[in-house]
Amino acid sequence: MAKILNFLTRTRGKNGADFMDWLTYAYLVFGVLIMFGPVLWLVASSFKTEAELSKFPPRLLPYQQEMVEVEGYDKLLPLFEVTEGEHAGRVVAQVKRIGLSSKLVDPAKPDETFKVSVKERVAVESIALAWDNYTELFEKFDFIRYFWNSTFITAVSTIIMLIVNSMAAFALSKYDFRGRNTVMALVIIVLMIPQTVVLVPLFLIAKELYLLDTLWGVIIPGAATPTGVFLLRQYMLTIPDEILDAARMDKASEWKIYWRIILPLSAPAIAVLAILAIMWRWNEFLWPLIALSRSENFTLQLALNSFQGELDTEWSNLLAMTVLTLLPISLVFAFLQKYIATGIASTGGK
Amino acid sequence: MTKKNLLKKGAALASLALGLASFSAASATAQELRFMCSSDGNECATFRELFDKFEAANDGVSIVIEDVPYKSILENLPIQLAAGTGPDLAKVTDLGGLNQYYLDITPHVDAATWETNFGSTQPWFRGGDDDNGIYGMLTQLTVTGPFINKTLFDQAGVAVPGADADWDTWAAAANEVAKATGVTFPMAMDRSGHRIAGPAISYGAKLFADDGSPILVDDAFTAYVEKFVGWHKDGTMAPEVWGASGGTSYQDAKAEFINGDLVYYFSGSWQIQKMAESIGDDFDWQVVGSPCGAGGCSGMPGGAGVVGFEQTEHPELVGKLMDFLAQGDNYNYLTAKTLNIPAHAGVAANPVDYIDASEDAAAALNAFAAQVAGLSPIALKYQGFKHNRAMFNITLQRVSQAIVGELSVEDAMARAKTDLAEALAASQ
Amino acid sequence: MLALLSAVMRIFEIPMAFLQRVLGIKRLAWVFLAPNLILFSLFAFLPVILNIVYAVTGGDQILLKDRSFVGLDNFDTLSKCTNYLDPNSCQKDIFWRSVHNTGWFIVLQVGFMVGFSLLTALVLNRDIRARGFFRSVFFFPVLLSPVVVALVWKWILQRQGLLNAGLDSMGFEPVLWLLERKWTFAWSIFLSVWAHMGFYTLILLAGLQAIPRDVYEAALMDAAKPFRTFRKITLPLLMPTMLVVMILALIKGVQTFDEVYAFSGGGPGSATTLVIQYVYETGFAGAPRLFGLASAASIMLALVLVVLTGLQLWATRKNADG
Repeated sequence: MAKILNFLTRTRGKNGADFMDWLTYAYLVFGVLIMFGPVLWLVASSFKTEAELSKFPPRLLPYQQEMVEVEGYDKLLPLFEVTEGEHAGRVVAQVKRIGLSSKLVDPAKPDETFKVSVKERVAVESIALAWDNYTELFEKFDFIRYFWNSTFITAVSTIIMLIVNSMAAFALSKYDFRGRNTVMALVIIVLMIPQTVVLVPLFLIAKELYLLDTLWGVIIPGAATPTGVFLLRQYMLTIPDEILDAARMDKASEWKIYWRIILPLSAPAIAVLAILAIMWRWNEFLWPLIALSRSENFTLQLALNSFQGELDTEWSNLLAMTVLTLLPISLVFAFLQKYIATGIASTGGK
Repeated sequence: MTKKNLLKKGAALASLALGLASFSAASATAQELRFMCSSDGNECATFRELFDKFEAANDGVSIVIEDVPYKSILENLPIQLAAGTGPDLAKVTDLGGLNQYYLDITPHVDAATWETNFGSTQPWFRGGDDDNGIYGMLTQLTVTGPFINKTLFDQAGVAVPGADADWDTWAAAANEVAKATGVTFPMAMDRSGHRIAGPAISYGAKLFADDGSPILVDDAFTAYVEKFVGWHKDGTMAPEVWGASGGTSYQDAKAEFINGDLVYYFSGSWQIQKMAESIGDDFDWQVVGSPCGAGGCSGMPGGAGVVGFEQTEHPELVGKLMDFLAQGDNYNYLTAKTLNIPAHAGVAANPVDYIDASEDAAAALNAFAAQVAGLSPIALKYQGFKHNRAMFNITLQRVSQAIVGELSVEDAMARAKTDLAEALAASQ
Repeated sequence: MLALLSAVMRIFEIPMAFLQRVLGIKRLAWVFLAPNLILFSLFAFLPVILNIVYAVTGGDQILLKDRSFVGLDNFDTLSKCTNYLDPNSCQKDIFWRSVHNTGWFIVLQVGFMVGFSLLTALVLNRDIRARGFFRSVFFFPVLLSPVVVALVWKWILQRQGLLNAGLDSMGFEPVLWLLERKWTFAWSIFLSVWAHMGFYTLILLAGLQAIPRDVYEAALMDAAKPFRTFRKITLPLLMPTMLVVMILALIKGVQTFDEVYAFSGGGPGSATTLVIQYVYETGFAGAPRLFGLASAASIMLALVLVVLTGLQLWATRKNADG
């Protein structure tokens, strides 16, 4: 116990915690609250029924009205407690509600029904997770398909990017050929041409290549990234040339050198680029919005956005869909956050 | 290679070739049509039933329904068509605007029958006065108009205004009811240029000049927009609908009405099926007539229609399918199941026996059907006008800006006029 | 998995070896570069040229052959303003509103973001326990997709959302956040900062940690007060990294679209409409589709970006040397 206390209150070597330390930890706690808090609230809300969601002020825990089976009625009936009038205190089920009046029945005596004003009864609730919000996603909406589309695009695009970029980086770092500087300059120029400023012609090019409204229309244009080339080139420059020369003396072909020596040695940089690529592709929104039109080709992000204004969607399903969309990337985050952090730090500003 | 081996190899090759041949023969006869559909209620599911019937009667034909959100039909379908990757058929609402992509099915159907049954709405699909093609049919005729929560009126003890009441009367009544019952929103109107058109026309807006060219904004239109903006400012109209979104995004207030939080909801007949299903017996609801004004008591007609596209690889099949849907009994089934108003003259001649319709739903449908006769000719013309989508979008953008206070009503309307001129110039 | 990759690689060995014999090692570099260059040409260089073609043509057709040459008309239309500071006086008022919005957006967003990132980096640089955990905490929102970020905050800011519930419980009047132009704009800046500051925090943290400890120890020996140390030692040494961060944030900020569009759709009115949304709506979501205007607007944006990217490269080189 003493050890833990010691651990928690250890400071910068001075005796006891000073003011700055308190401030520091206060800031950090505040950081945790504001960074995680909103997302946790979203997750908590996603387990509430639509009826519960429309209650104001919102309650922390998800409540659901209890339902009961009553003899003589096919469907489950909602449970209420009468609060006023002659039947006060009784816990009964509601058969039908017509405007302001509610027809109730005692589950124990199914033949006896009576009427009570809706103001004189209150719902009997218990805490329950509305898993329906999630299961409905798979029934009402083609959720698996959107998930598959996102996954397919992300995976294939990342692989293509890694191969194409590493090949280019290899050429630019290990070969001295005429025109190398020109190519480097060209790569820099591409850096200045983000997708956002060439949307219209990109659309035409995609159309002419029959890529529009296909997953490949999102995969291929996204695979050439100047950042990737820079990152990998930077790293490959640190691989000693002697290794390559030795391999060449052993009659190894250049291609063999590429994938047997260069790629494995560049693994850390490739890992970083892979993680960045997965992040970029999974979260991509604008170009898929333009390039994809049939809803069966939608990525998760497009589906999430388009269902916002949709006549049939309710917040309960939207929240569940949001949670499922952020789950994969959160898992990646949980397991790989160390690598992501070092990756960002090392690429920072390039 | 021994003779035996050779024979074996030969046999294997032959069976492979036969297999391939039969496979390609089969795929040659298998024809697939893609039908892009968006449901307000159960339209696409009902189409599925009818298509199953068609597939059973036509060997080797398969019809795939792409069920999409309405937003996709509005925003994505045009891009697909422009790119040449569109479906074979679709259920669309921008009837005139997509005319350049339509397939003329006159050679595949009985033109005379079609003229008899769908004559009045055929112009909506056409490109101009000299266009005589048959491009599609309305599968649901819709009319815009108001729904009211009758239970709230009863609770508040306020009398429902009569058939000739104007907007001011209704606004006052809705406000009274909302105050008495503690409900949040007295009135709401869908965020749509199409929706606001009916009230504007009733108020006296002409939308078109005498020579038929579109003007959109005139004094009456401006006056109605003034009123509309005013209602948002004084709390009569639910602000989230027109005020929160930007650009041309669609927003409706159905959820608020179904939850019993809205007294007067100006929407349209396509909502009936969903409302009947969701409201159940929570409260009594009714359809009332459009508020009256100098231009009448008119809503806007509309409707979704099934059209075929020129890009299709199976034009004859598309024509056959559309003819199938146009058959009296099939169309009747479609109307009865989806709880919509029929556009087919033959079907509309007799009262439709709606399937699984509650009392409120059936009454609502009949109320809307009765309003069809009272539609203003301006409304009919606007609905069929080729560039109405541009006009709807302009209305949306500028009126929203006026509502949130970005522009004065005067400036907003002036802008709307220049926007329209630019849009028309670019569309030549 | 690895076996599959190996197999694929092996397939290419033969053609590559052949090319090597034919071209020689030096020229083989071009073969390695080829896929990347093809992609760049198709999806970066060619579009730039076509963009210019679109910008000087008019009409609502996508195929270039169906468009008519209009010279600089589109640019002219976009620039027609009697007073550049008042969008209302411009012919294309929505475009200029989006330009103003974007201008304010980047000034405020970059300002707050760099500020908070610096503060957080300084805090994380202190001798704290579980630094890795806290670093991840601030980085978490960076991973979320823009649509998710938008929905997370939209849910909280609803008329009946958590924030209003909190205000209500403390006795304040709930505010209709998403119906007020200034508030929606403010919140869009807030959520943008929230979503991206972790990224810059990490870069600044790396920059801070690159400052050798003996510099601090020397300052301590001279009994320097913490704030003075920060101002006279830390800040100057960190300035190159800060410069890179600021320019990077500006470049990304100018291109903001996703999270704001999903959050407010550009509304109320056009209060949160940014330049990219204008391009998107003019070229793709409007009726009629004005590709010429959209391209012209993108070119104007591209010029701004070229300047900023140039600055970034200059700053990075400076950082690498200095």
